[in-house]
Amino acid sequence: MHELGITQSIVDIAIKTAREQNAVKVLSVSVEIGELSGVVADAVEFCFEACIQETFLQGCRLIIEQIPGRGLCDECGAEVKIDSMTFACSECGSYALQRTQGEELNIKELEIE
Amino acid sequence: MCIDCGCAEPDHNHKHDHEKTRKIRVEESLLAKNDRLAAVNRTLFNAAGLLTLNLVSSPGSGKTTLLEKTLTDLNGRYNFAILEGDQQTANDADRIAATGAPVHQINTGAGCHLDAHMVGHGVEQFDLEATDILMIENVGNLVCPASFDLGEDLKVVVLSTTEGEDKPVKYPQMFRAAKLMIINKTDLLPYLDFDIAKCRAYALQVNPSLTILELSCRSGEGLDSWYRWLESASAEKRKNNEMRS
Repeated sequence: MHELGITQSIVDIAIKTAREQNAVKVLSVSVEIGELSGVVADAVEFCFEACIQETFLQGCRLIIEQIPGRGLCDECGAEVKIDSMTFACSECGSYALQRTQGEELNIKELEIE
Repeated sequence: MCIDCGCAEPDHNHKHDHEKTRKIRVEESLLAKNDRLAAVNRTLFNAAGLLTLNLVSSPGSGKTTLLEKTLTDLNGRYNFAILEGDQQTANDADRIAATGAPVHQINTGAGCHLDAHMVGHGVEQFDLEATDILMIENVGNLVCPASFDLGEDLKVVVLSTTEGEDKPVKYPQMFRAAKLMIINKTDLLPYLDFDIAKCRAYALQVNPSLTILELSCRSGEGLDSWYRWLESASAEKRKNNEMRS
């Protein structure tokens, strides 16, 4: 359940940023989670509810943008869609896939009052 | 229609709450804190010129036994320091301490992985300048430790023959993050259905550049290949350090 630690990072960064901006309230926090990041968005959502209790973020909404995985094949040069269980290029079958997208794990934006 | 909010109220006296709100771009990695601390660890380890390995596996694959064997067999050849990660008990640290190597146990409690912060404090009591190889035995878990950089040079994943050959494709994140895979408990192969060729193929599907070694800590078979690998990894690290300085 490493999602708990990840979620705590979301909460810590959001509170710190909101305080720096002299916010009175945080309405929403937007994050992007890549599908190849090894972090389960549902679990983050679950942890978020627990983590914000009795903090400055209480009542705040979590908006998760999931980024699909993409890869570039070193063998045939195709740009293909991949998920965490795909290891072979869907065009030529080679395993020489470089991940180009889907490992994101970022906090993007806060909506504050 | 209100042009601000698009509502259809004819008598437009409602407040526009959104006027008070503003959006702030943050753009920060959620692992930024851990990555920062890992970078601090890495700088410290590089300055001391030591090779740092992060040993990961499922529980019971034989990481501690591999360390015990290594420390005993290579006693005098390298100065080791060992960090032991477990949720509870100092059992592993006690086993390592019996070999005479400096060891520190980190108990993560409910935590499922070591992070860079724990490691940074964990190494405080070691004399890193006098250490050649630092081994960090992570919490037995094939999932979470994959995401947390500790400042190591590389991850070594241990898989034992009693676990099933499809672990690399079941837990691809970890096998992708590792540079070396050790297949342990090969002495049990005659009694198991474990297909070692298939295991290798699965591992290389997930990570085409993975180095794979087969050994048995119990019989000692294959340990020499691990020691040779350690020697070359340590030599390469020394060479890189010399180039840097």
